[in-house]
Amino acid sequence: MQPSELSSYLIIGAILFALGLFTVLTRRNAISVLMGVELILNSANINYVAFSHFGSGNSAGQIYAIFVIMLAAAEAAVGLAIVLAIFKLFHTIDVEAAETMKD
Amino acid sequence: MENPIQTDFIRWIVFLPLLGAIVNGLLGAKIQKKFGKSVIGWVACIPVIVAFVLSVNAFLTLKGLEPEKRFIIDNLYRWIDLGSLKVDMAFLVDPLSSVMILIVTGIGGLIHIYATGYMHDDKAFWRFFAYLNLFTAAMLTLVLGDSLLLLFVGWEGVGLCSYALIGFWYHDHANARAGNKAFIVNRVGDFGFVLGMFLLFWSLDAQGHGSLTFREMVKWAPSIANMSLWGYSVVTLAAFFLFVGATGKSAQIPLFVWLPDAMAGPTPVSALIHAATMVTAGVYMTARMNVFFSMAPGVMQLIAFIGVATALVAASIALTQNDIKKVLAYSTVSQLGYMFIGVGVGGYAAAVFHLMTHAFFKACLFLGAGSVIHAMHHEQDMRKMGGLKQWMPITFATFFVSVLAIAGFPPFAGFFSKDEILWLAFTSDHGNKVVWFLALCGAGMTAFYMFRQLFMTFYGKCRADHHTQEHLHESPSVMTMPLVVLAIGAVFAGLIGLPGVLGGSQFAHWLEPVIHAHAEGHGSHALEWGLMAVSVSVAAFGVFIAYLMYLRGSLSPDTFVNLAGGLPYRLFDRKWYFDEIYQAIFVNGTLMLARFWSAFDAYIVDGIVNGVAALTRFAAWLNGLFDTYIIDGLVNAVADVTYWAGNRFRRLQTGNINGYLYGIIIAMAVAVYVKIRYWT
Repeated sequence: MQPSELSSYLIIGAILFALGLFTVLTRRNAISVLMGVELILNSANINYVAFSHFGSGNSAGQIYAIFVIMLAAAEAAVGLAIVLAIFKLFHTIDVEAAETMKD
Repeated sequence: MENPIQTDFIRWIVFLPLLGAIVNGLLGAKIQKKFGKSVIGWVACIPVIVAFVLSVNAFLTLKGLEPEKRFIIDNLYRWIDLGSLKVDMAFLVDPLSSVMILIVTGIGGLIHIYATGYMHDDKAFWRFFAYLNLFTAAMLTLVLGDSLLLLFVGWEGVGLCSYALIGFWYHDHANARAGNKAFIVNRVGDFGFVLGMFLLFWSLDAQGHGSLTFREMVKWAPSIANMSLWGYSVVTLAAFFLFVGATGKSAQIPLFVWLPDAMAGPTPVSALIHAATMVTAGVYMTARMNVFFSMAPGVMQLIAFIGVATALVAASIALTQNDIKKVLAYSTVSQLGYMFIGVGVGGYAAAVFHLMTHAFFKACLFLGAGSVIHAMHHEQDMRKMGGLKQWMPITFATFFVSVLAIAGFPPFAGFFSKDEILWLAFTSDHGNKVVWFLALCGAGMTAFYMFRQLFMTFYGKCRADHHTQEHLHESPSVMTMPLVVLAIGAVFAGLIGLPGVLGGSQFAHWLEPVIHAHAEGHGSHALEWGLMAVSVSVAAFGVFIAYLMYLRGSLSPDTFVNLAGGLPYRLFDRKWYFDEIYQAIFVNGTLMLARFWSAFDAYIVDGIVNGVAALTRFAAWLNGLFDTYIIDGLVNAVADVTYWAGNRFRRLQTGNINGYLYGIIIAMAVAVYVKIRYWT
């Protein structure tokens, strides 16, 4: 298998996405969920960079990857703030504890 | 007709009396309290006297012009401008209106002066003079207006003032009723007048010459000669309706019934309004519209017959009256009948001439009667008078002269004017021997009842009670002076209208530029002399009978009272039952109609209204039900369904983030699967 082939990057991106999704779906700790989201975002970044490198011939994909990193930082800040607020209210960061809207 | 001369002093002839009316009307009560009645008198009399001076000025100005150019106009402003209807607020002095304004301001001024004496003890002195001045202004508007519409404004104005003055002593219910009667009967005539005016304007407008200005109307009169409406000639219809208007204002059959009742007003009012000026408005109007009347010979014939019927009926009623003013009232109706005979036979100038002489002697008679009533402490029954000449020499002398004038003895005024009418009735193209003969009989009756009045009032023994006799006195000079002036007029006014054999009428000549359709009498000088002799002898016969009955007493009035079973006497005494017949037909008919409509209103109209209301209430009730159950039900159903659905869907919101994520991922997986499977 040649390391410079597009499909190997895509496979790594897919594995990373699956891991991220798994984390998001299975973890009940809010911090862990956020970390899963980071994994998903980074899998997307790998795809962007890979397509940019092998496909389009311009660097638009790479620029998008930088945007996504910035967005991930902002998302982490907002997400952590929400987690903090939830902790203040419920004294836990279990995502299933915050279900008062149900009733 | 050339363009008339413009001036701006004529308006003051109308405005000055109006000003007097405004001052006395608005401030009169205060002036009277503060400065006394004499100031009120001055405020009222001076405008009329100045207006008389202005009228003389206008007359002299006219006289200085060529006969064809004798038109002076004072145009104030455009009053109405509506399409082809253009009416100016303009006053016109031409030979006809110059005569009228001289009569109105001259005789009116004398009566104003007289009234300051006659009304001196009345509390509402200022109100009387405010009305009197307003009347003068309205009458002057009537005769000076240069269009039919402005004439109508004056026409209505004098009617209003007449109403106010008849009911002047309104504390007595009968007086107020008399005022109402005069006003309502006049409305009937006014209706005809308005119709005539509409017809003339409509037909002239149809020919492209729509105008209500006399000069324009006369100019274009020939253009409507052949128009017809519903099978009648338009001119005939218009002339007929205008004449209906004239019968109301000038007290002709069938609308004369208001004038005798109008004697309820103060005597100067009777003299000014109901003898000298207002009641002659109809004659003035027909003379003014002479062109149209002469285009309708049928209507002229009708006018002549109505005139002679009025003259006879009124004279016959006057034979039996005992109220000194009622005799004069019926005599006025009768004399107005003569004027209409004049109009009917085409003698417009003769009619206006009689109008003028009549204004002198009838005003003098009324004021003389007023002087008598004043002296007798408001006693009007002639049976309680008698022998008054020894106490009231001036009143007697002037009254005597006027009686001679109205009875038609030469050379007094009434002789010339009445004789000209009789002459034209006999000889003109429109004339009629029957009319002439009946008018002659009327003249004989006139002589009889006037001398009867003279003998009963001034001759013989005084039949008044002792108290009244002691206080009998001649009236003050402010009252006798106008009498003297009027009596002089009654003697000499006839001389300006001499009959053909004596040199011809200057008066008719003066009116020629206005009276386009004056008929000429055709007959020899011998015939003219003969007719004069006949009429004088008929009058003398009437006087002779009166002398036998009331002065010598050798012929008892009862002979006539009992004639033919007393039927004629009762007929005359009850005024030919005109009032009773009108009461039965018109008044009761109107009341019945009113009652019918009242019932109709109460049962049918109210029933319909109430029915509609009930129906509406029922519909509202139905609507209410619909609202409650259907509309509200629908609204509630929507709400209930929403509530129920919301309750169900609420379960979806678990608050479990993992649950949401599963949802998202499954949905996305499905979406991706569908996209790949079906849309690629």
